[in-house]
Amino acid sequence: MHEEYTKSEFAAQTALTDKKNLGIIYVLCVCLSMSNTISKHAIKIENLTKRFEKVTAVDDLSLEIGWGELFGLLGPNGAGKTTVINILSTLLEPTNGVAAVADHDVVFGADEVRKIIGVCPQEPAFYQHLTGRENIELMGDLHEVPKDVLKDRVETMLKKIGLEDDADRRAGQYSGGMIRRVSTLMALISDPKVALLDEPTVAMDPVSRRAVWDFIRELKSNGKSIILTTHYMEEAEELCDRVGIIDQGKLIALGSPKELMEEHHAEDLEEVFIKLTGKKLREGF
Amino acid sequence: MSLRRTLALVKKNMKMFTRQPAVLFLLLLFPIIVTATFGLAFGGMGQGGVTNFDIGLLNLDAVSTDPQWTNSFEGNLTELEGITVTYFDDNASGQSELLQGNMDAFIVIPEGFGDSCTSYWNSPFDGSSWINTTVELYVDSGSMIASSAIPPLIQQVVLKTMFGNDATTLDLPVDIGSPTLVEASYFTQWDFMAPGIFAFASIFMIMIVAQSLTEERDGGLLKRLGTTPLKSHEFMLSQVISYMLIAVVQVFLVFAASFLIGYRPATDAAGLGFAFAILLAFSLVNVGFGLIAATISKSAEIASGLSFIFIMPQMFFGTFMPLGGLTETISRFMPSNYVTEAITTLFLRGAPVTTLSIWSNLGIVLVSGLVLLLIGVVLFRRYSTR
Repeated sequence: MHEEYTKSEFAAQTALTDKKNLGIIYVLCVCLSMSNTISKHAIKIENLTKRFEKVTAVDDLSLEIGWGELFGLLGPNGAGKTTVINILSTLLEPTNGVAAVADHDVVFGADEVRKIIGVCPQEPAFYQHLTGRENIELMGDLHEVPKDVLKDRVETMLKKIGLEDDADRRAGQYSGGMIRRVSTLMALISDPKVALLDEPTVAMDPVSRRAVWDFIRELKSNGKSIILTTHYMEEAEELCDRVGIIDQGKLIALGSPKELMEEHHAEDLEEVFIKLTGKKLREGF
Repeated sequence: MSLRRTLALVKKNMKMFTRQPAVLFLLLLFPIIVTATFGLAFGGMGQGGVTNFDIGLLNLDAVSTDPQWTNSFEGNLTELEGITVTYFDDNASGQSELLQGNMDAFIVIPEGFGDSCTSYWNSPFDGSSWINTTVELYVDSGSMIASSAIPPLIQQVVLKTMFGNDATTLDLPVDIGSPTLVEASYFTQWDFMAPGIFAFASIFMIMIVAQSLTEERDGGLLKRLGTTPLKSHEFMLSQVISYMLIAVVQVFLVFAASFLIGYRPATDAAGLGFAFAILLAFSLVNVGFGLIAATISKSAEIASGLSFIFIMPQMFFGTFMPLGGLTETISRFMPSNYVTEAITTLFLRGAPVTTLSIWSNLGIVLVSGLVLLLIGVVLFRRYSTR
């Protein structure tokens, strides 16, 4: 998609230099309209700061995430991961700086952002008295997924994540792992261009976690951009193209897991974190 | 504005209501129970609107030389529809039965009653020659209906005894156009209470609105919905539609329950339709109050308690509780009072739907509902969602 955008820019420039060619001018119009929908970056964050009274949750964060990239945001509890997700999902407004999803500002273009994101919150929010299927379908309805597509998609996704047998039970009766899987499907049923997954596998049993990992991999293979916050290092190493490590709201390292481990002469990301901050990633859990 | 999103939330709300026994009880079963209980207790099943009165009678003029007068009095009394007469031999036992609530009234025909009547007819225009006596009437002060209905009935019996059947057809230059008190004696206590009960039945919707919204907020669901394309006004509209649907079912059930226990309001289909409409408008008031209660509540448990700030005044100053003095002034600020007043005018006074006062009552309820809803929406959006 990035490449297509570059082509469209080129086409526009060509057309402008040869105004006799009406066909190219037409192409220019088409390309310009396309450039409104196809952005260079899936997510762009510049000098983002978020303060809650005297506490600075996110401190001057800058980040760019490409289309089709699975980006891991790592850090201990209270590092500011969820605050970043909440800003990107339009729930919070930044104190300073800007954040954009597919070139839509999260404050001024919030309505557009909400159409293209799928958010899986840290605490699974679901209707206990609805069945798992009904919870997922509700989110599909809110995104106005065509009815026939929604029905097929729900069936397919339930099978993939291993919930087809329990889908028609009330969600209030589910185990913690099942609830998290339903919550993940609620976030992804709209087939979002950008998925914001806030610790989707926390407190999950190994089987459920593997199912979610497979699911996330498939999303990535379909060209979705995914931000995944986690404090499971093996999860980040297994899934992410790049990771950003944040501590006390600041981005302290950025790169692929392999690059970071090589750069810091560490065997895993946990060791990278210890070398950078002098503390363990899961301290205090 | 997306109809699909709004209807999806309405559908969700309906499923949530029907799958929670406690909510279902408060929204549907509670109004039926209140209606049936009050209706049976204060009305009586299938009596066609006629009240029965138990009246005790002590005749101290039994040894009169002219017993036709006491016989006539007793006959006229027992002839009245819905009157059951019990005879007593002494004053004390009659008074005792009255105090224990076993009778609605106790009448003592004094010694010399017959002589008194005869003295009148001997010289009807010479008051100085009359032998004056007093029929003592004791009414159950614990019964509002008995207190108001029995004295004029006894007055009617005395007149009939003195003047015969012509008493009610005497050609007088002054007439009472509408014998309201006599008509009222055919109403049961339930007839007076029913309009207020209809309004009361839906007041508890405030608590359900407040509880369900705080639960959605505390469970992170409102935040989650806030990350979807759903607009605030679509969410609020879905709430209003959901609770208005509940109100439709509530009103239908309450009317059906009261019909089954024998209640027949003095109105026609148009009157019933109007009552339906004003109760629907009242549901807007309740949703508005519910939203305000949800905004100021930090949890669903607190919301239940805080809802009573809005429920109690509406209940005490606008439904079936008797009003007077200061309470009547306060009631002017209660939307429920206008609902009760309009339904009373239709169902009890038998006014037609063209009556201006009921339309002004509807206007007040509707405007109050819209204003409260607007306040509730603004407060809830500002302080509860993001």
